[in-house]
Amino acid sequence: MTIKFILLVNKQGQTRLAKYTENMLGTEDRCALEAEIVRKCLVRSDKQCNIVYHDNYKVVYRRYASLFFLVGVDNEENELGILEFIHCVVETLDKWFSNVCELDIMYSLETAHYILDEMCMNGCIVETNRSNVLAPVHLLEKATT
Amino acid sequence: MTMRLRDLIKHVRAAKTAAEERNVIAKESAALRKAFKEQDSTYRHRNVAKLMYIHMLGYPTHFGQMETLKLIASLGFPEKASCSLLCCLAHRLGYLGLMLLLDERQEVLMLVTNSLKNDLHNRNMLIQGLALCALGNICSAEMARDLAPEVEKLMGSINPYLRKKAALCASRVLRKVPEMLEPFAEQAVALLSDRNHGVMLAGVTLMLEMCHADPAVVTLFRPQVPRLASLLRSLLGSQSYATDTDVSGLTDPFLQVKLLRLLRELGRGDAESSDAMGDVLAAVASNTESTRNAGNAILYECVQTIMAVESIGGLRVLAVNTLGRFLAHRDNNIRYVALHTLARVAARDPGAVQRHRATVVDCVRDADASIRRAALELVYSLVNEGNIRELAAELLDYLAVCDPGFKPDLAAKICVLVGRHAPDKRWYLDSMAKVLRQAGAFVTEEAVAGLAGDRLVEARGRLEGEDAAQVSAQEAFDALRAILTRHGFGDCVLARTIERVNGVTLTALAKLGVRLPALAPQVAELLDRFSRAPAPEVQTRAVEYARLAAARGGLAGAVLEPIPAAEGGAGAEDLALVPAEGEEAAGNGGGTGGAGLLGADPAADLAALLGLDAGAPAATNLPAPGAAPALAGWSLQAAVPRFATLRLSPPSGTSLAGPGQELTQRLHVVNSAPGTKPLVLRLRLAFQRDGAGVTDQVEVGGFPPGF
Repeated sequence: MTIKFILLVNKQGQTRLAKYTENMLGTEDRCALEAEIVRKCLVRSDKQCNIVYHDNYKVVYRRYASLFFLVGVDNEENELGILEFIHCVVETLDKWFSNVCELDIMYSLETAHYILDEMCMNGCIVETNRSNVLAPVHLLEKATT
Repeated sequence: MTMRLRDLIKHVRAAKTAAEERNVIAKESAALRKAFKEQDSTYRHRNVAKLMYIHMLGYPTHFGQMETLKLIASLGFPEKASCSLLCCLAHRLGYLGLMLLLDERQEVLMLVTNSLKNDLHNRNMLIQGLALCALGNICSAEMARDLAPEVEKLMGSINPYLRKKAALCASRVLRKVPEMLEPFAEQAVALLSDRNHGVMLAGVTLMLEMCHADPAVVTLFRPQVPRLASLLRSLLGSQSYATDTDVSGLTDPFLQVKLLRLLRELGRGDAESSDAMGDVLAAVASNTESTRNAGNAILYECVQTIMAVESIGGLRVLAVNTLGRFLAHRDNNIRYVALHTLARVAARDPGAVQRHRATVVDCVRDADASIRRAALELVYSLVNEGNIRELAAELLDYLAVCDPGFKPDLAAKICVLVGRHAPDKRWYLDSMAKVLRQAGAFVTEEAVAGLAGDRLVEARGRLEGEDAAQVSAQEAFDALRAILTRHGFGDCVLARTIERVNGVTLTALAKLGVRLPALAPQVAELLDRFSRAPAPEVQTRAVEYARLAAARGGLAGAVLEPIPAAEGGAGAEDLALVPAEGEEAAGNGGGTGGAGLLGADPAADLAALLGLDAGAPAATNLPAPGAAPALAGWSLQAAVPRFATLRLSPPSGTSLAGPGQELTQRLHVVNSAPGTKPLVLRLRLAFQRDGAGVTDQVEVGGFPPGF
């Protein structure tokens, strides 16, 4: 019933953000897992469904231009709900970075993580309202400027 | 001094090859290590940020774990108000590093318990939120015990931002320490009356977590069903307010989904609460807009809930119809979840699945692997004796054309289904032959072994009567050849399995060759081909069978004789394999000679018994070991039930001197009560080899009735 990981991957299969909520893996296992899943998802066409199996995970993914958002969930999770959640995350990132792109996330990894943490905690959805999510981010980022 | 994070990213991006990138990272990691060793705290913040980046790229960062802990520990001092936001930023980085970088060493987490505790008491809500988030993501059982009071207190905070985070943090605490459930249960219920959607969502999530942690708590929560139902109802079609959580015209679909999930847990197996939620479930199922994904997510959850709780019939029909709409949907995701749901409800409501049979079978042929897999799961529960012919025919058609990656799964499924639901034996054999022809290389060893045995029995039955025997035997031969040739010689993937499958198949082939002289040349040709197979086991068998077939007629016939049908296919396989071992001794004539001897005995008995079947005196044939020491002191004792009489003739000799020798002993059995009592026979063999005594006892039954 929980989210196991959230991955942001570009078209070349490079990880741009990775967040695991349980089963902390070692570096090598993590890389292997990411490579496997990305390989499986990237070859699929737009017409195919957005759910793939991997080991005991189900991976729900969605593509936005050159970025793939992949969310690993257990068997109990509502796949359509996760698709909606991915969209919600993207909209939030989009609002914060105004037209989010790969480079925004690379250069502001910390902020991107913070936004995700405001939306998802311990594998559960915390908040889906964009302004509520971004309020604390605004507060904090003011300090740096 | 190390470079800035921005520069590091630029350098990595400028790297043209993977090797170059590794180089950049290695250099930077070395610089970071040096900085950590020098206890340079000025750039600690930046260094940890760089570690996170390096970690994200998939390089080892364990050397930075202590530095992260130091960063968090250095935050412990009270800050001046003016720099409190900067202080928040430092906290943010510290906790982020903690969540990302500290993967394997849970014990070092103890070091941050105190910092977390301080931060949970901080007056700044952002810092409290950060600490709750970190705790919610990483806390161990020990930390959970230490910090539970703080979490509990924050769940009652006046700030909704903290309430929701504390509630989710509590769900982590409970997952780690389930016995702390009690104090949180009441508070979780209190969160349901919150006005903030985020807090309600967190409250429902926490209640769900509790239901999973302790099934007893379900009864405690059941009184809340009416309240949950009215909460859900208030979310339906109320676009007038609460617009801040709308998704495509629906009020907070995420909360609706979670509420439906909780209702499912509470209503499962309880008629009263199921009744209380019936109306609202019907309202959700019939009023939710299904043109957008969010609406479908709610419908999907609602259908699952209706099917899981003790719903009335009308509601179930509504749910099944919704699934039908899903199955016909253009969007593959919707079809996928429909199949998935059907598979779940199949056990409780087989009728629901049968109604959509045609669609499901269509989905097995879908271009999309995920859909195919979900549909195939479903086909399992769909098949029964009544429709197996039809469905198997469709699946077999598809097996011929589907892509190679999918063949193993499909072939395995068909084998199981055909085996379980076959209406008669002949149909089973025909279907299996088709599977083998289409996908021989993917069929599992068990299926082939089972089949080869059955096939043998059947072929024998046909030989005795029907005219069609020759034709079907040819088919059998084709099927076996298909297995052998598909598996090929050299595929090293699954080499072990293939080796065993080929072995079993060769045995079946040899048996077929003996039984049907017309096929013998073809069999011989195949055996000859496989006598050059690289796998020693396969090669040995092929050579053995070839030699056996070429040996004097009686030997091959006796060794590969079928056992009476009553013992079933598997038995035939097992027993027929035994003489193969015995023959190995004869064929190779080498040091293995003695090993197969014991195994040969039951087979010899068997041959004797089968001779009896025909009512004629039987011969016990024992293949002699090659260069192995001579066998001496042969004695055979036999016993029969009282209603039968037995006469045991003396053996032709009591010892075997060398290869090629034969020892014969006759048994005459007369059953005085044929047709009423089954005949059984107990045989005890004793002989000496290498001066050591060997005894073996077997019981033989299962004679055809009438003997």
